Amino acid sequence: MTTKQSGTYFPAGVVEEFLPRIGRVVEIKDHQLAVFRASDGTIFAADNHTPHPKGGPLAEGIVSGHYLYDPLYDWKIDLTTGLVQAPDNGQVQMYPVKVENGQVWIEI
Amino acid sequence: MNGKKENLIIIGNGMAGISTVEQILKLTTRFDITVFGTEPYPNYNRIMLSYVLEGSKTLDDIVLNDLHWYEDYGITLHTGTTVTRIDAETHEVVTEDGTRVPYDKIIIATGSNSFILPVPGHDKEGVVGFRDIADCNVMLEAAKQYKRAAVIGGGLLGLEAAKGLVQLGMEVTVVHLMEDLMERQLDPQASAMLKAELERQGIRFKMGAQTSELLGGERVEGIRFADDTVLNVDFVVMAVGIKPNTAVARESGMEVNRGIVVNDYMQTSLENVYSVGECTEHRGVCYGLVAPLFEQGMILAKHICGVETAPYEGSVVSTKLKISGVDVFSTGEFIDSPEHTVISHKDDWKRTYKKILLRDNKMVGAVLFGDITDSAELQKLIKQQTEMTEELYGSLMGTGCGGHKKTTSVETMAEDEIVCGCNGVTKGTIVDVITNQGLTSVDEIKACTGATRSCGGCKPVVEQILQYVLGDSFSTGAKQGICGCTSMGRDEIVAEIRANGLQTTKEVMNVLGWSQPEGCSKCRPAINYYLGMIAPDTHEDEKESRFVNERMNANIQKDGTYTVVPRMYGGVTTPADLKRIADVSVKYDVKAVKVTGGQRLDLIGVKKEDLTKVWAELDMPSGYAYAKSLRTVKTCVGSQFCRFGTQDSMAMGARIERKFERLDLPAKFKYAVNGCPRNCAEACTKDIGIVGNDGGWEIFIGGNGGIKARLADSLCKVKTDEELIELCGAIMQYYRETGNYLERTSEWVERMGLEHIRSVVVDNLEERKALMQRIEFALEHVEEPWQKAIRNEEGQSKMFHGIEVSARP
Ligand SMILES: Cc1cc2nc3c(=O)[nH]c(=O)nc-3n(C[C@H](O)[C@H](O)[C@H](O)COP(=O)(O)OP(=O)(O)OC[C@H]3O[C@@H](n4cnc5c(N)ncnc54)[C@H](O)[C@@H]3O)c2cc1C
Ligand code: SF4
Ligand code: FES
Repeated sequence: MTTKQSGTYFPAGVVEEFLPRIGRVVEIKDHQLAVFRASDGTIFAADNHTPHPKGGPLAEGIVSGHYLYDPLYDWKIDLTTGLVQAPDNGQVQMYPVKVENGQVWIEI
Repeated sequence: MNGKKENLIIIGNGMAGISTVEQILKLTTRFDITVFGTEPYPNYNRIMLSYVLEGSKTLDDIVLNDLHWYEDYGITLHTGTTVTRIDAETHEVVTEDGTRVPYDKIIIATGSNSFILPVPGHDKEGVVGFRDIADCNVMLEAAKQYKRAAVIGGGLLGLEAAKGLVQLGMEVTVVHLMEDLMERQLDPQASAMLKAELERQGIRFKMGAQTSELLGGERVEGIRFADDTVLNVDFVVMAVGIKPNTAVARESGMEVNRGIVVNDYMQTSLENVYSVGECTEHRGVCYGLVAPLFEQGMILAKHICGVETAPYEGSVVSTKLKISGVDVFSTGEFIDSPEHTVISHKDDWKRTYKKILLRDNKMVGAVLFGDITDSAELQKLIKQQTEMTEELYGSLMGTGCGGHKKTTSVETMAEDEIVCGCNGVTKGTIVDVITNQGLTSVDEIKACTGATRSCGGCKPVVEQILQYVLGDSFSTGAKQGICGCTSMGRDEIVAEIRANGLQTTKEVMNVLGWSQPEGCSKCRPAINYYLGMIAPDTHEDEKESRFVNERMNANIQKDGTYTVVPRMYGGVTTPADLKRIADVSVKYDVKAVKVTGGQRLDLIGVKKEDLTKVWAELDMPSGYAYAKSLRTVKTCVGSQFCRFGTQDSMAMGARIERKFERLDLPAKFKYAVNGCPRNCAEACTKDIGIVGNDGGWEIFIGGNGGIKARLADSLCKVKTDEELIELCGAIMQYYRETGNYLERTSEWVERMGLEHIRSVVVDNLEERKALMQRIEFALEHVEEPWQKAIRNEEGQSKMFHGIEVSARP
């Protein structure tokens, strides 16, 4: 996992601000994150850059369970680890998320 | 074993050397492996350089084994290091900086070098070969600075280079010594068809031209030919052939002819030194393609590991050109001579050509152009020198009755025969993953073994192996699954949705037992479409199951900005609208305004958060440039202004566009309407093409100008405007109801058959009315998406706007 070591939690809004299975960009400091709310309610925060060498955003991908399909190149990414699934490979930087009283916190 | 491993050294980090290593690793761990490579990269797929040049792939995409792979197997890799010779006395290899490394065994796999014509001026700046990444980079750079290029050599490599440079925006002339292109693989007929096709794609040719000198100062400025004519260019790619790279072998005093001479077990004249790939010469032949080198590598690996193996007896090679839209294939012997019996069929209208050569009634070679569906079959038959029979003839040449029945000859194929030449995957490996891992589709096999991943030429054989191994279960379930999440085909799914009244994608997936509960990027949009097609009134469109462009109602670009395309009915606009478009473009700092091929304006580079504002200020309907829906209706000037026009094409185009816009279809859909048979709006490449004539209109369907170009078929003629609209509606609805998601009408027409479609929408008046009623019903439920987004600004903000967190933890 490339989830980073402990940083600071930032409040990224309330859960309802994130539509189920539709990504939303959240900017915290100089980080641009793609935040997804899976249909089971889990919230994931990924670096909003595809690991594909040609680059591009991730936030517009199709979310299926805890997987994300990259919107530009259709790579399948495991949102729990950030790992790109075979036959492609690479890894997206994921950020820890916690939800308290409906408030979403992301650790940077 | 006594613990001490043997030192195996590979000279050359290319496709042959590393594929041999891969085979060895499967058989033994008794070697300490060291690899030397001149190039500064890990092993990459050289075949795919053509795609790197063309811009569709990057170096990273074509790396076969990354550095981790070498590490994982404990292989020592020296990149950027050239071996100069082998010292057989001390049992060491010597590198250019004098380093010596001891060996027990060596494999030389140094490939070949581009052959550069030794004409005066060949060493000028701006002259390159096409062999490696470095050459590719020079070409990519040159295309940024210079305009005119020449490619010397009209073989496979030269043509792929030329196409790549054209794609990069250069003006390219292919200079070829012979009168025929690819004369080493094609016969004159196929070659002429190839040339015509490539000319259509923008490549120029100078045939029968002997280069005598490259002109210019430091940098090349032109080519002078033997007849003293001059071609002005500022960049030259030499693709006239390859020279086996035998430098190491020569320095080491080994037997070298054109290539390094080897026996049937790839042994060279030096003890414990082997050679594979393009640098070798086996039974007098040097190969320049990957399939033979995989075959050689496999035999060598077994031999070196002490596993019993049949000797290498040479390869039958096949060629496929990797240029989209140009299907050519050749295998075995291809030039007819008196000893051959020739079966050929040339069709200038369909632009296809097929030739099979027989010697003593055995198949020994074939050439295909335009339609290469039989390539895999022919390749096998020819490899096995199959005897021609009435039955085979019937199935290959399509005559007689009984149709195109395919016999499975994969059955007789040897286990270790390579099926995918690009990636060195054998029949055995494929059979293995099907039987032991339960794979049931080509996609799964691709993910697991890499077969079909590169040029795709092997796909038909992989399919046949699947079919052969799975037997009946193949046709009943496996094959038609619309994606990896289900084994059900489109028709089954649609039938289940109708029968069980399923409402949402989730429901479909639950009820029909999807392997991934929320589906994937292939099935989710498809199911969402089928649901909407079946119940236009009640289906609630699932934004989260739509591809980004359709969800945002604008086209995403690679930098994450969007392109906005307002509707311009029939391609007609007004000065006032143009002014508004200009004002909005200036205000929102649009990066480019482009006229599209479908007669509209692209406003490129709008930020996501500005989308709703841009739409509101344009105050025009969405052009649906992103949608699986009616895109444009291209029109000519027609009778309103054109001196030839007999019908008002502009008005009819606008009418059709207004009538059918916004409706979801299986794939994008384009129209053209012409005022007369001169066809200025190019009806032949549209899903529906309409041509006006004196007494009414003629309707064409199934045209496509995209990846797989297809000319539209004439469906029927109608007398009145009303009849025209009704037929268009019936065609579209029939396509909506029977098309596979993402299937263009060009494929749909071929799958359903023109006659069948005609019998439903043209001949059967009742059915036509019913189809029309259903499309009218669906049309009642469409809504303008931009207006909807603007109205619902608040709800939509979650979709269009990001969240900015101030640094307040
Ligand atoms: C643009 C292009 C398109 C092609 N398309 C096709 C196709 O569609 N189908 C097909 O079958 N084939 C195709 N080929 C041919 C195919 O790529 C070659 O047949 C294959 O790569 C040969 O493999 P090899 O290992 O013998 O040589 P290479 O892959 O060339 O590997 C040799 C390696 O050895 C290194 N080397 C050389 N000398 C030394 C030394 N002294 N010390 C250390 N390292 C050394 C070189 O740097 C090189 O990396 C194409 C080739 C090109 C260039
Ligand atoms: S198709 Fe006929 S009517 Fe239309 S512009 Fe061309 S010549 Fe004129
Ligand atoms: S032969 Fe090219 S991908 Fe398999």
